[in-house]
Amino acid sequence: MLDVLYFIIPITIASAAPLIFTAIGGVFSERSGVINIGLEGLMIMGAFIGILFNLFFADTFGAWTPWLALLVAMFVSALFATLHAVASISFRADQVVSGVAINMLGLAIALFSVKMIFGKGQTDFIQQKIPRFNVPFLEDIPIIGPMFFKLVYGSSIMAIAVAFIAWFVIYKTPFGLRLRSVGEHPMAADTMGIKVTKIRYIAVLISGGLAGIGGAVYSQTITNDFGHATINGQGFMALAAMIFGKWHPLGALGAALFFGFAQALAISSSSIKLLADIPSVYFHIFPYVLTILALAGFLGKAKAPKALGKPYVKGNR
Amino acid sequence: MLISDYNPITGYIALWNGIFGDSYAIGETIRQISPYLLAGLAVAFAFRTGLFNIGVEGQLIVGWFAAAYVGIAFDLPKIIHLPFALIAAAAAGALWGLVPGILKATLKVHEVIVTIMMNYIALHVVNALIKTLSGGGFKLERIHQSASLRSEFLSNLTDYSTLHYGIFVALAMVVVMWFILEKTKTGFELKSVGYNDNAARYAGMSANKNIVLAMVISGAFAGLGGAMEALGTFGNMSSMGGFTGIGFDGIAVALLGANTPLGVIFGATLFGSLKYGANNMPNEAGIPVEIVSIIIALVIFFVACGYIIRVGLIRLRNKKEEK
Repeated sequence: MLDVLYFIIPITIASAAPLIFTAIGGVFSERSGVINIGLEGLMIMGAFIGILFNLFFADTFGAWTPWLALLVAMFVSALFATLHAVASISFRADQVVSGVAINMLGLAIALFSVKMIFGKGQTDFIQQKIPRFNVPFLEDIPIIGPMFFKLVYGSSIMAIAVAFIAWFVIYKTPFGLRLRSVGEHPMAADTMGIKVTKIRYIAVLISGGLAGIGGAVYSQTITNDFGHATINGQGFMALAAMIFGKWHPLGALGAALFFGFAQALAISSSSIKLLADIPSVYFHIFPYVLTILALAGFLGKAKAPKALGKPYVKGNR
Repeated sequence: MLISDYNPITGYIALWNGIFGDSYAIGETIRQISPYLLAGLAVAFAFRTGLFNIGVEGQLIVGWFAAAYVGIAFDLPKIIHLPFALIAAAAAGALWGLVPGILKATLKVHEVIVTIMMNYIALHVVNALIKTLSGGGFKLERIHQSASLRSEFLSNLTDYSTLHYGIFVALAMVVVMWFILEKTKTGFELKSVGYNDNAARYAGMSANKNIVLAMVISGAFAGLGGAMEALGTFGNMSSMGGFTGIGFDGIAVALLGANTPLGVIFGATLFGSLKYGANNMPNEAGIPVEIVSIIIALVIFFVACGYIIRVGLIRLRNKKEEK
């Protein structure tokens, strides 16, 4: 039994890390009142840019390449998210429709560029992956050590750190208070002198940046190349994690880990005696079914920010 | 296209030839239009009741599977078998639409998230079913001839393309949608709920019943779209690595068609031809197919931003009047 856990928990954490980044991004955007269905497209952009940068600059930067690639992916995806921000905040477009457009656009641009640059449907494999390492001292702890601290990706630790930082920013800083007030009651916030539009822009850009990192982490730890099916629903699963985590950063962290666990089970159930008889489809659809149940209120009340999806128009009541 | 260093003129010529180049291309283009018509109808119908059905993709997949399954599992004369397969597809799609409909009506759960989740559930479940039915394989058998929409006449007419009778089914559904929305009491209620559900409720209409009904009908259209692929174009079903994209393009079709049945015909014709014609672009002009997806996404994006354009136009007009 312990062997099974040694085997599954590292996979869980590795597959959860991209979800955590992206889901936290979603929390920022939706807490400010902007629906971000476009997470999937932003992740695709991040995954693509991450691989592209990694392939082209691996010789220049050596072992630093994957980390720089994360940074570049963050900036490009944030830039890409500006489109969504302009449409849904300034132009008062339907945020869902704009998000759908972002998803389609992200995939189309990435694939178009891949074909243009590489002349085929997917990129080459990268040489500089995000490294795995053993955490000193902690790896020697019996039981827990090999489960959590052996051969971990640096990005996974970053992901968990980001979740806690996000919690601190959203709940313990003036900016976080403003962010939440803008998402709950923009008019009241405006009366108090908070610039609704500015806060919302910042929030959507943060969500773009984090989703970009999420995508780049996924492509540089799990697939190691980029093709049409590299990001296949991870963005939506992150969206699900955000909802299942009730729009709370730590909730999203927990949900993302949980969904990562489901994915790990789906991948490895056939090699575990206890679970070999259960078809893997159940593990595949598990996160999605759970999200629907969470939304339906069967698992405690999940409450969205009040002003979610409503563009703010000055002077309107 | 200029940005990406391709010659736009050869690109457009290639696109044009891909769509209308010869009778074979025309046949294939029309074939491509039929699922787009139905996906567009599905999205548009839900929009008219104030619902955003992103789940067309999933409803289409279960419809595809249901039609293919009925096509294989039964052996009936054509006159019963074909309608039976079509109805099965519509019913499967409707069932997939029923779930978000009921959740929306009874528990006020936002339909967008539920339909997205239902898409993935559909994808994984159908893949698993295909695996089970084909004994571990990745492909179902071909459907029986008696359930096929293929037509030798249309095929011969268009130089042996895969054009099939599905286009007539799709066009018939356009009429059905128009009839429901414009000529029946139900349609009037559906539209009223879409405009203002409070007002509709005061007028004694049941908003909940209409929401469920709209999702069911929308799902049925989408399911029929899947049947086009199952009974006409492909004649079987393979397990899928990702989505077909038809359901998402349906959103663009509906938006461009302003959610009216007639508009959907135009939208579907445009996007269907673009999508098929683009296949010719890599061969003739060396341009990747994805250019068309970029265009479709941009269209959705700009339609979504339509508000600001309208405001800009009104301001311009006001300024002129002031002068």
